[in-house]
Amino acid sequence: MNAPASRGRTDWIGFKTIIIREFSRIVRIWGQTILPPAVTATLYFIIFGSLIGKRVGQVGGYDYLQFIAPGLIMMTVITNSYANVVSSFFGAKFGKHLEELLVSPLPNWLIVSGYTAGGMLRGVLVGAVVTVVALCFTRLAVQHVFAIISAVLLTSLVFSLGGFINAMFAKNFDQISWFPTFVLTPLTYLGGVFYSVRMLPDWAQMASHANPILYMVSAFRFGFLGTSDVNLGLAYLIMVAAAVLMFSLAVTLMHRGAGIRE
Amino acid sequence: MQALVLRQLMKKYKNGVQALKGIDLAVDEGDFFALLGPNGAGKTTVIGIVTSLVNKTSGVVEVFGHDIDRELEVAKSCIGIVPQEINFNQFESVFTIVVNQAGFYGVDRPIAKQRAEKYLKQLQLWERRDSIARSLSGGMKRRLMIARALMHEPQLLILDEPTAGVDIEVRRTMWEFLRNINDQGTTIILTTHYLEEAENLCRNVAIIDHGRIIERDSMANVLRKLQKEIFVFNLRDARTTPPQLPGFRCTLPEAHTLEVEVSRGQNLNEIFGRLSAEGIEVDSMRNKVNRLEEMFIRLVDTEAKSAAAAGRTP
Repeated sequence: MNAPASRGRTDWIGFKTIIIREFSRIVRIWGQTILPPAVTATLYFIIFGSLIGKRVGQVGGYDYLQFIAPGLIMMTVITNSYANVVSSFFGAKFGKHLEELLVSPLPNWLIVSGYTAGGMLRGVLVGAVVTVVALCFTRLAVQHVFAIISAVLLTSLVFSLGGFINAMFAKNFDQISWFPTFVLTPLTYLGGVFYSVRMLPDWAQMASHANPILYMVSAFRFGFLGTSDVNLGLAYLIMVAAAVLMFSLAVTLMHRGAGIRE
Repeated sequence: MQALVLRQLMKKYKNGVQALKGIDLAVDEGDFFALLGPNGAGKTTVIGIVTSLVNKTSGVVEVFGHDIDRELEVAKSCIGIVPQEINFNQFESVFTIVVNQAGFYGVDRPIAKQRAEKYLKQLQLWERRDSIARSLSGGMKRRLMIARALMHEPQLLILDEPTAGVDIEVRRTMWEFLRNINDQGTTIILTTHYLEEAENLCRNVAIIDHGRIIERDSMANVLRKLQKEIFVFNLRDARTTPPQLPGFRCTLPEAHTLEVEVSRGQNLNEIFGRLSAEGIEVDSMRNKVNRLEEMFIRLVDTEAKSAAAAGRTP
């Protein structure tokens, strides 16, 4: 028998192991995780950017392609962060190999953190791939690098946690596709990815401000274009508050064993 | 030191089923302990609670003195679990599964890789280390779960029907492996439906039925309580009636098969003597059923009858 590792060291090794496992999964199924977003983004850039965009003209003083590029990158980050955690955690629950973690001495907050970090990893990785695709079609000038990094990390954190909570509640595969299809995708499309909310009538602008994704996309776009449709302070407040609330909810659900412990 | 202590452990599921009705049990450090019982008796619920996969309703669980209500993480780090159902990621390689499991218990990756080699070799899985787990045979999957459970070198190894569906040759290899692990100091708790397995491996036994412990003793004492055994003699020549063996109850279910009930105190020499005297030749002899199986069935039947007599659910 070896001397037991200290609590902090055990937790750190466990956390790293969850991330290694998640990263291996992302790479192992690259045909599902990395390639499709790159293909989809290429199609968006060709159709909306090169073909339709030429007729749209400028938005907020920028070429349409330059305007939508940050939105498309952010849309990819959102969907991939969410999809990674919801499918990986629900898959582990469904295949019962989540028990490997549940019987281990890792605390619940660390299991949530590990899966969330895995989701962020995929979100950022695929976001980087789409950024490279975007650079094939347009020039991306970086105005505020801190805004780009912080917005992308906070957004992927929030949606990774969203995927975790969805997976905790889900009882079958239908229930992990319901939220992304009927809630996440509409909110993303209506969150200013393809247009500036200033182009909308007043009532639609007001309605759009109830959509949290608008703040995330706008904060990210600010990093590239230097202009934003929303108040940046409010955008960061919403992202941080959502992350804190969702992390607390995810850990509470783990403590209760909702859907994972009898 | 006691490896496991359960006090007044109760579990009532949401559907109203009272799976455990106040279990008291202590397993000593270093023991090889059998937890037996019919299907639905509560064995897997007990194991689920100890490993924190099932939330208890009430009661106390201590693993090497660590109460799971107060020191859950420490208690969990003492336990290695081999569950009844396959529960590893079937799309990962054998090597990845065991190395990652060590990581979840805080074992550094270089050490985890060394241990993976050690245990996969001991369990004859090293050649398949790069195989996807899904491609393994049933016996290999069971052995993989044992290797995985040992990666953090737990003080207490819990095996929930580890040899279910495994052929006899692999089963015996696993027995040998478990004996060695136990000899090196690991406490083992085993549940199994192969009572021959429990009789061969375990020094102490508890029998659980309908959420209650109905027997807790050393294996030797449990077997000693068995008052009667039936021996089956394969006769060389066919017979139409059983031979007269005074003091013994004999039946002849087939022309070449003689069954003799032997009570405690009677000895087999007497039977052989009388059969020889009558000119009956015996080719071979065996117990009709495994001795522990006999005892198990009697205990469970007795519990059911006494429950019925008392007008309560067993």
